[in-house]
Amino acid sequence: MSEASATAAVQVTAAVQVTGVDKVFTAKRKPSVTALDSIDLTVAPGEFVSLIGPSGCGKSTLLRLIADLDTPSAGTLTVFGKTARQARIDQEYGIAFQQSGLLPWRTVAANIELPLELHGVNAAGRRKRSAELLALVGLGDFAESYPDQLSGGMQQRVAIARALAESPRLLLMDEPFGALDEMTRERMQTELVRITGETGAAVVFVTHSIPEAVFLSNRVVVMSPRPGRIRDILGITLPGTADRDEHLREDEAFFENVSRVRELLHGEAPVGIKGVENR
Amino acid sequence: MRTSAGTLRTVLAPVLLGVVALALWQLLVVAFDIKPFIVPGPLAIGTEFGDNIASVVAGALVTGGNALVGLVIGGVVGILFAVLAALARVVDELTAGIVAALAVVPIVALAPVLYTMFGAGAETARQLVAALAVFIPVYINTLRGLRQVRPVHRDLMHVYAASAWQTTRTVTVPGALPFIFTGLRIASSLAVISALIAEYFGGPVGGLGKSITSAASSSNYNLAWAYVLGAIIVGLVFYCVTLAIETFATRHYKPRT
Repeated sequence: MSEASATAAVQVTAAVQVTGVDKVFTAKRKPSVTALDSIDLTVAPGEFVSLIGPSGCGKSTLLRLIADLDTPSAGTLTVFGKTARQARIDQEYGIAFQQSGLLPWRTVAANIELPLELHGVNAAGRRKRSAELLALVGLGDFAESYPDQLSGGMQQRVAIARALAESPRLLLMDEPFGALDEMTRERMQTELVRITGETGAAVVFVTHSIPEAVFLSNRVVVMSPRPGRIRDILGITLPGTADRDEHLREDEAFFENVSRVRELLHGEAPVGIKGVENR
Repeated sequence: MRTSAGTLRTVLAPVLLGVVALALWQLLVVAFDIKPFIVPGPLAIGTEFGDNIASVVAGALVTGGNALVGLVIGGVVGILFAVLAALARVVDELTAGIVAALAVVPIVALAPVLYTMFGAGAETARQLVAALAVFIPVYINTLRGLRQVRPVHRDLMHVYAASAWQTTRTVTVPGALPFIFTGLRIASSLAVISALIAEYFGGPVGGLGKSITSAASSSNYNLAWAYVLGAIIVGLVFYCVTLAIETFATRHYKPRT
């Protein structure tokens, strides 16, 4: 599966193409840290790819490189055939972080409109788009609320709506549900499956959670730390993204995939009871 | 949500304490027959305040007006300079010395010099003294606030390829608002004090400061204290209005999102 989509992606323009990328952090009077070591990864348009691994495996660093928030030390990285920098300037992707990063002095609607406002979309156009997005994330009644009046899950939904504001073909998400409670988290995952299904955007999703990665993804990239490397890429064999709903979490195939990812993460020997730690 | 009983207590307790303190003060003045030139009783001050209310209000308007002009000028200049210093490190490095020097100069000491510069008949010198006194806390607090941009917001603006000016306008300055207001709140009291003290060194009559000195020098101690009371009220009004604007402007800032 991973082989097939990789070759398909080369023929079309890949959403993200990472080739031989290293990232070394150097600091004064400190040993340099190799955060990423010869990373190769291709994300096809419309594909949902999760990066999973223990702390320090460089998964967030890789996402930051794709977003041009940091530059690779070696190797090449393209987003829709452009350099990461050009893709950022052209607003080819939307991004959401673990913290929602909403501006507390702006209303929910004004927060969603922020990127549009910065890029010169007129007021009427902005209003229309933020109303659409608020409906998409189920917050239609909260346009004039302020972020401090919303729960953590609602704030994160606003952040996702903001990331989608310019209808990007690629969505970068850095543990967007990491700070949420379990129930909210599962609901948000289901919402995200629906939203990406509706928008058709490719997603690169960083997470700590195995079930989350399995539930959401077409492929799961398992990474190992020090130095950050890709240990394996696992195609998830589940019903298509559109059919993923709450029942899937009870499905035998779901547990099998969770176990496979867990075994990869923990090396060869599986640790703990399979399919019970459902986080 | 605070209960109405709780609100009553937070308001009532200080008021009660104040009344008790005033009563005790009056009692001591009467019991020990303390002369007005040492300290008059609150009743005498209150009576004098009531009798001369028109003149106190007129003085408060002059002194308060000077303080307000100083607060606005010093505040605006302080914020603008801080924004410049945050945008261009050169500005910060160039002005650091001057700001440090200004911060240690007792600014009212400049009043006599400024009176000769602008003429003894104008209020300009007093307004300038107030503006200078305001500039320092506003500049320092604003600059600190502008440096507190959260990493997630900085990343976001980078992602949006926002220009330095767009970032300043949409994220940096609004984010620094709590710090700007802390500066303004300190500065509001300083403005009144500076405008008042500047009157001691000359210039036109009519303000509260001049009225205090002239009443005291003509041995009218009760009247002098009535003007002091007026000055306290002006200071309180400045502080409370700034605080009210601050509370309103930063009402959505917590908790952080």
